[in-house]
Amino acid sequence: MALKDFAYGDTIHRCFRCGYCKFPANWVDVNNCPPYARFRMETYSCGGRLWLSRAWLNGQIDWTEHLAEVLYSCTTCRNCEVKCPLRFNVDIVNMVVAARGEMVEAGRLPAAVKNFLQNVELYGNPYGTGRSSRGAWAEGTEIERYNGHEYLFYVGCTGSYDARARRSALALSQILRRAGVSFGVLGNEENCDGNEVHKLGEQGLFEVLAQDNITRFKGLGVKKIITLSPHAFNAFKNHYPAYGGDFSIFHYTHVINGLLKAGRIRFSDNMHVRVAYHDPCFLGRWNNEYEAPREILKAIPGVDLVEMEKNRESALCCGGGGGNFQIDLLGGSENSPARRRIREALKAGARVLAVACPKCLIMFEDAVKSEGLEENLSVLDISEIAAKAWGMIGHSQ
Amino acid sequence: MYELKFDPELCLHCTTQACLTRCQYMEIDGETAQKEILKIARGEDSFVLHECATCYACEEYCTFGNHPYYLIAEKQELLGLSPVPRPLIQRAVNLGIPFRGQPEIKEINGPVLNIAAFSELTYLIQGKLFDGVTPISTDERKMFHYFCQLMYLHYGRDSVIKERLPRIIETIAKHKPTEVVCFHDECYGAYTSYCKAHGIDVPFRPVHFYEYLYNRLVELKEMIRPVNLKVAYQRPCSSRLSPDKHLFVGRIFDLIGAESVKREFVDENALCCAGAIEGQKREGSRKGAAMQQQKNVEDMKRAGAEVCVFNCPACFQTLGGTVARNGIKPVHMSDLCRLAIGEIPAGWR
Amino acid sequence: MDSIYQSLAAIVDAEHVSDRPEELYIYSFDLGTAEPHRPDYVVSPETTVQVQEIVRLANRENIPVVPLGGGMSLAGLAVPLRGGILLDLKRMDRIIEVNEKARYAVLECGVSQGQLTSYLERHHPHLTHSEPGAPPAATIVGNVVIHGQGDLAHPYGFNSDMVNGLEVVLPTGEVCSFGSCAVGASWFTNHPMPDVGLFLGWCGTTGIITKLSIRLLPAKRIRGIGRFVVDDEGLVPEIFYKLTHTQMAEDIIAFSSAIPPFASKLQHFTVNIAADSEKELELKQEIIWDDTLGEYIKRGDGAYLGFTRSLERPQISKTSDYKKGGGFEYVGSIMPIEKYPECYRRGREISERHDIPYTVTGRCIGAAHSMMFAWTYAFNRADPKTIEGARNALHETDRLVLELGGVIWKPGTFGQKLVLERLDPNTRDLMKKIKGLLDPKGIMNPGNWEIP
Repeated sequence: MALKDFAYGDTIHRCFRCGYCKFPANWVDVNNCPPYARFRMETYSCGGRLWLSRAWLNGQIDWTEHLAEVLYSCTTCRNCEVKCPLRFNVDIVNMVVAARGEMVEAGRLPAAVKNFLQNVELYGNPYGTGRSSRGAWAEGTEIERYNGHEYLFYVGCTGSYDARARRSALALSQILRRAGVSFGVLGNEENCDGNEVHKLGEQGLFEVLAQDNITRFKGLGVKKIITLSPHAFNAFKNHYPAYGGDFSIFHYTHVINGLLKAGRIRFSDNMHVRVAYHDPCFLGRWNNEYEAPREILKAIPGVDLVEMEKNRESALCCGGGGGNFQIDLLGGSENSPARRRIREALKAGARVLAVACPKCLIMFEDAVKSEGLEENLSVLDISEIAAKAWGMIGHSQ
Repeated sequence: MYELKFDPELCLHCTTQACLTRCQYMEIDGETAQKEILKIARGEDSFVLHECATCYACEEYCTFGNHPYYLIAEKQELLGLSPVPRPLIQRAVNLGIPFRGQPEIKEINGPVLNIAAFSELTYLIQGKLFDGVTPISTDERKMFHYFCQLMYLHYGRDSVIKERLPRIIETIAKHKPTEVVCFHDECYGAYTSYCKAHGIDVPFRPVHFYEYLYNRLVELKEMIRPVNLKVAYQRPCSSRLSPDKHLFVGRIFDLIGAESVKREFVDENALCCAGAIEGQKREGSRKGAAMQQQKNVEDMKRAGAEVCVFNCPACFQTLGGTVARNGIKPVHMSDLCRLAIGEIPAGWR
Repeated sequence: MDSIYQSLAAIVDAEHVSDRPEELYIYSFDLGTAEPHRPDYVVSPETTVQVQEIVRLANRENIPVVPLGGGMSLAGLAVPLRGGILLDLKRMDRIIEVNEKARYAVLECGVSQGQLTSYLERHHPHLTHSEPGAPPAATIVGNVVIHGQGDLAHPYGFNSDMVNGLEVVLPTGEVCSFGSCAVGASWFTNHPMPDVGLFLGWCGTTGIITKLSIRLLPAKRIRGIGRFVVDDEGLVPEIFYKLTHTQMAEDIIAFSSAIPPFASKLQHFTVNIAADSEKELELKQEIIWDDTLGEYIKRGDGAYLGFTRSLERPQISKTSDYKKGGGFEYVGSIMPIEKYPECYRRGREISERHDIPYTVTGRCIGAAHSMMFAWTYAFNRADPKTIEGARNALHETDRLVLELGGVIWKPGTFGQKLVLERLDPNTRDLMKKIKGLLDPKGIMNPGNWEIP
């Protein structure tokens, strides 16, 4: 692929590398770009990635494993787009994704990325676990298979397979059942939503997944979808319409907040705890939803909601986006974004870090362990906090 | 060249001379008023040309529709008596020059919304109220192709309007709109009042923004929850060019449960935002403008306003901060309407 | 494996040293028109001790060391012209101390402008620093090293005039401190110690500043920008003179640019005004706009454009997108203010000759003792012809600066040569001796300020 044929060939050189993209809104540090915060080398800054992509497409540098890692370390969190003062800012992540697409085309990928994509293709999830165990999380519960219910509850790969994330899927299911929401799940028939596949640059596989899901959803008469993960929410809401997937999409925090307002959920447990909420990138910066999760937390008696220094559109990404919760190019250091974020939560005085994304949940839970802060800070999904606040059995902790 | 249709005969027979006797910036009796307006019509110098605050109000006060303000602006230019310093004129004239390519003409064949030169305010035309109306262009690089140019009245540069406006109209018409909702009532004034006064052909139907909002609100009546706010309305200069549409302010407030507070400076007696005054050549203009703004805001405060509602983005820019510092929330009318239908208005901070 | 690489990895850690093509590529560039040169290693130290060890290693190995801050000078001053070790200092970003009452901050060399501004806003709202027009990622130390100026240059001068003390790693690896801190006192003053000002303006050729104490200045509650415009560039010097006489402004800038059209052929002024109360604000406004500039307004020669509360953070990188091309560079100069009209006219001519929309700016330094006048040339990074055009325009402008009786500010290698050609021969000799004394092996940022 030559630069002239690259989708952003006439734009990618416009990055000046002025560095606004490294900051959060309050300019407190240059650590709001996850890969740059982790490595602190210019190659890992947003500008570094764009200049390197261009140099590779232009034949000025050769492909190396390191080059690919630099590109794939971007979590597609969009902090850069929020901060960049230039007109092309809306396309920054698209440029990175397109450059990854060229690597996919060329078949030159880091092993972890290759693995991720192969697993999704073969098993419908990045973990490489069999499809037959996808629905296992709901076994022994009264959660129904989707059969013309009002809502399809799309659990996603993380919620289906990851032991920790499963607990939030269960908590959410319990809340929905008790509030009398008509919903069903797909169990083993569920397939990967493809959001990360899209961001890893494998557009072909993404299309296959999107079409497969859309066909299945339509075949079952699905009209409304609740997602556990903001990543799935993003794929369904922003990418599926292009393939004819015109469903009403709700992140679960929208639904819980709606039920609260309608008086169908009443929080009773007094929690007496200071909670900080972490905005997941695919709910916040990608879909501009900052308030619903906060409204839920504020409605819980005894919850003292505090804000971290970097919040809303300035939230530091957990480091798990763009497939990094699995390919893990940012882990292994006290400078890993998740560990930085944990320290920020602690600095805000929080005892609980509330999340609304199963990927953030596992990234932060691991980070708490790495920081040795298990005694000081728990990481809970809002679904779990809400279940506990409603006095329900089965909540975690 | 387009010529202003101004009939001095009407002034001779006018019994009120309201154009000048009602002026908020000059103390003029009836006799002087008649003398001065006729002098102006003859192309002679008059103190009025020097002292005019360019607030457009005389356009509304004149009961014959004889366009005294257009006359004043035209003669200011003719006699080299622009109210503002030379560099400000040059700056303004240059400001309206489109410099980033030609407009992209898409035929719309339906109702369009023209946000004119305010592309950065597209957040004010979001949500249900604007379903079914296509923004004609929101590309800020192209916005000056849709700029009605009437602003130059404030600068005593009527000729710029005459020169550029027909081309703007042509550009809009190329989009094949069935009707053009004008986001700013200055545009509406341009296409209805100014063009008519100067014989400029307008091949589309302009719709006043407030009339549009009112009709949309009526359609969405079920969704309206009274905002229960005490509001003051900052009437812009440009509204004087379409006084027949001013009634929609009250109608909208009634419909959305906003209580319009009882003020001294309201309706025909409204005070302008003073944005056009502060840069004028006359001594004391900056200070006078600041004092007028304070007087205006004090009046809102005395009347108990919680919110100051704006139409004109320039008024918002000039007065918004002062209003906010005085504990009154500045908000654009469309945002207030969005609030009434349960949406979260973008500019409601 | 390469022994230098291994030594560097042992000094910092393997994650913060690289000899991989990607890092060498990225760190070979300046953001302006300077030709890229690849370093052999990129290393990002975290402590002064690490910097010392790296410098000692470089001495042993006889390999260049090029210190890099935010990399925003645009003049190619941190391009490793002879390869060697590129020292990215941005990890050394601790704000060590802010002394509220004595109004100073002690910082490491990697602290960015944005970081300090944010820190002061949150923890010391009565204090501020003179923030330059560079993007917030520019470092405080980098700006001081190049004799930068900020938005308080009118009342307080160059940022390098505000230095209260330095810690420097010498080219031979020793650490020295200067100012009151050198005698064990706090970092509150640079005077009255004997003058050993050998590190500012030298582009890192005489040592690496690792810590800096910089004066902080009073931050008033209300800060905003008033605007004024004239159409005769000949009026600018007298307006600068009159405005500085009032002592009512914080920052006074005049500018003109071809794009956007409203700015074309006009001279706009921005005048920053600060006050703690509405009363103070109105008093200052009255003195500035009515009493001082009122005569221009009445005559119709100048126009008041209003006052906006709050300061906009510099967004100068927008200039880089003029040609949709991700690049610009400027020649900065320190000039007598009376030269403004000629600077503007000659600058426009150069721009027009090279088919670049002109952009010029003059900022008052001190009580109009001088101004920093800059000519900016945008280019398209993807089009070598436009880069070449901008480079030629820059070189022409470098010559113009000297012709008009100014001094080139932070010259690149081309400008440095022009300056050295005109430099008092005795001064040249002294500079050469100093350099030889401090950096006997000539390893520090070689290619800059080189006296044959």
